[in-house]
Amino acid sequence: MSNDSSAYWQANIRLVIGCLVVWFIVSYGCGILLAPALNKIHILGGYPLGFWFAQQGSIYTFVVLTFFYAWRMNQLDKKFGVQED
Amino acid sequence: MSLQVMTYIVVGATFALYIAIAIMARASTTGEFYVAGKGVHPILNGMATGADWMSAASFISMAGLIAFKGYDASVFLMGWTGGYCLLAMLLAPYLRKYGKFTVPEFIGDRYYSNTARVVAVICLITASLTYVIGQMKGIGVAFSRFLELDFATGLYVGMAIVFIYAVLGGMKGVTYTQIAQYCVLIFAYTVPAVFISLQLTGSAVPQLGLGSTMAGTDTFLLDKLDATLIDLGFKQYTATSTNTLNMFLYTMSLMIGTAGLPHVITRFFTVPKVRDARSSVGWSLVFIAILYTTAPAVGAMARLNLMETIHPTTGVHAGEWLEYEKRPQWFKNWEKTGLLVHEDKNNDGRIQYVGKNNKEFENEMVKVDRDIMVLANPEIANLPNWVIALVAAGGIAAALSTAAGLLLAISSSISHDLLKGIIAKDMSDKTELMAGRIAMAGAICVAGYFGLHPPGFAAQVVALAFGLAASSIFPALMMGIFVKRINNIGAVCGMLSGLGITLLYIFWFKGWFFMGTPAAANYPADHLLAKHILGIAPEAFGAVGAMVNFTVAYLVSAVTPPPPEHIQHLVEDIRVPGVLNK
Repeated sequence: MSNDSSAYWQANIRLVIGCLVVWFIVSYGCGILLAPALNKIHILGGYPLGFWFAQQGSIYTFVVLTFFYAWRMNQLDKKFGVQED
Repeated sequence: MSLQVMTYIVVGATFALYIAIAIMARASTTGEFYVAGKGVHPILNGMATGADWMSAASFISMAGLIAFKGYDASVFLMGWTGGYCLLAMLLAPYLRKYGKFTVPEFIGDRYYSNTARVVAVICLITASLTYVIGQMKGIGVAFSRFLELDFATGLYVGMAIVFIYAVLGGMKGVTYTQIAQYCVLIFAYTVPAVFISLQLTGSAVPQLGLGSTMAGTDTFLLDKLDATLIDLGFKQYTATSTNTLNMFLYTMSLMIGTAGLPHVITRFFTVPKVRDARSSVGWSLVFIAILYTTAPAVGAMARLNLMETIHPTTGVHAGEWLEYEKRPQWFKNWEKTGLLVHEDKNNDGRIQYVGKNNKEFENEMVKVDRDIMVLANPEIANLPNWVIALVAAGGIAAALSTAAGLLLAISSSISHDLLKGIIAKDMSDKTELMAGRIAMAGAICVAGYFGLHPPGFAAQVVALAFGLAASSIFPALMMGIFVKRINNIGAVCGMLSGLGITLLYIFWFKGWFFMGTPAAANYPADHLLAKHILGIAPEAFGAVGAMVNFTVAYLVSAVTPPPPEHIQHLVEDIRVPGVLNK
């Protein structure tokens, strides 16, 4: 692999790890491990925060994450000159 | 117009639409039959994936599951959506770049091994068949309940419809019908939810309604639900789980399993570019999230409605148990189906519906089937007949679209992986297309037969389908892309050990091949072999199987020769969207 494409792959791995850390925090962190503590806080009116993350918030975050990843990767493709066509 | 006539019209109209699409979207090449000619727009593919993914269980059972389990049901909500993040970042773009037709094909090529390909085919067929039987049952149930047809007749009608568009159109026909089916099912799901949210909270957005106050009061809906349930001796709705480890692994298994299910992965082979595969996963998740974030509101509101019907907390009858003779019409309708059963244990002519912690009364609602929650919701909320008819059409659309996607995955793995790939390599494109159609017809008949005579394993979708996908397919695909060093021997050993340990754990607690008394039951209750390890349920074990797969594949590959040069180049090539600049 040339330097360029291995730098591209490194950048991709860093981005994936960053996104998966957020993915882990909202679902396993806020939705499961920290849920009992977070439930003492209420948001959007009557939602206990841990319950909200488990049944609403984590799903919204997943949607944002996948689009963010796609957007950043398209930028990386161009930066490293590996885009299609 | 009577409800039944209305239902016939609505369901009939949706069927006419599916058949019209089938006639317009016929497949004439294997490329169209397997991957819709790679010409599907990413947003449309997102809708098709939504319908492909959301099954009869998502549409009918999930809100009911949430209604009765409360917070604990979050494993399904997070598990069945979080898997799409893994799909978007770890699999879909690279597999699209590879650009072939099936999931086992990639595994066979990457690990230069027919053994690996056959193991993948076996996992794919077992997982998909388990899954499709449930859809067939769902179709039969929807027909018998709403159109008052006999279960078998309903199933035959469903088979015939799938036959027309899947055999004729392959992936192309399935894709465009799935887009139509997504529109039907999401409309059918959200309309009653909006009405009910308006009635209870005054908010037209169910996702906000769930966090709002009850209409005309200062009490929050969730607080009221918690208070009502605790008062009657049930578990608090929003209370967190007692077994955190199990919940953690259960969610992880569902996420990894979701990302590893071949019928979902294949959907991303149908978009034109790698870039489209990335964004298309995002669109899929948007369309899935619309239903998955509405379901918690439907569940909580339906539960509250049910409790308020039987034991009102406001109005003239506040604090009184409902008199059996005064039960509402929907109650009577569902009693007829046997899904709602009341026994007057204390002979007071009233219905007591209480939980385990209530010492004053015995629970008289001996059966409240969770599937009622979505299906009876429009009736409980007194919604017009067309909404009820729409719910029937939506349930059928959800079951048909998922069944078609699964059947396509099964038939392509037979015609493309087994026949063309291994048995008859010199088969022409035309013969292969014919073989694909015959395999599809065969798969429909097998699924129909099992739908009528469900075997024991049909009820184990979560354990079996997600367990297999998580413990064998996902790790093999991910390592194939991210770890160049994994070779044929490592991959096969990894897949077999992950699969083996997961099946062993499931069978130990659920019976060998789900038949007879489970082996665990032969030991006294407090024996080490009779209890789940650390309280991990068999359904949650797929994640452990995946870890075993990763570890074994890595260790075995480290002590055996590295993959040949051309395989390393293949891996480098799929890692970049365009042409590799050397």
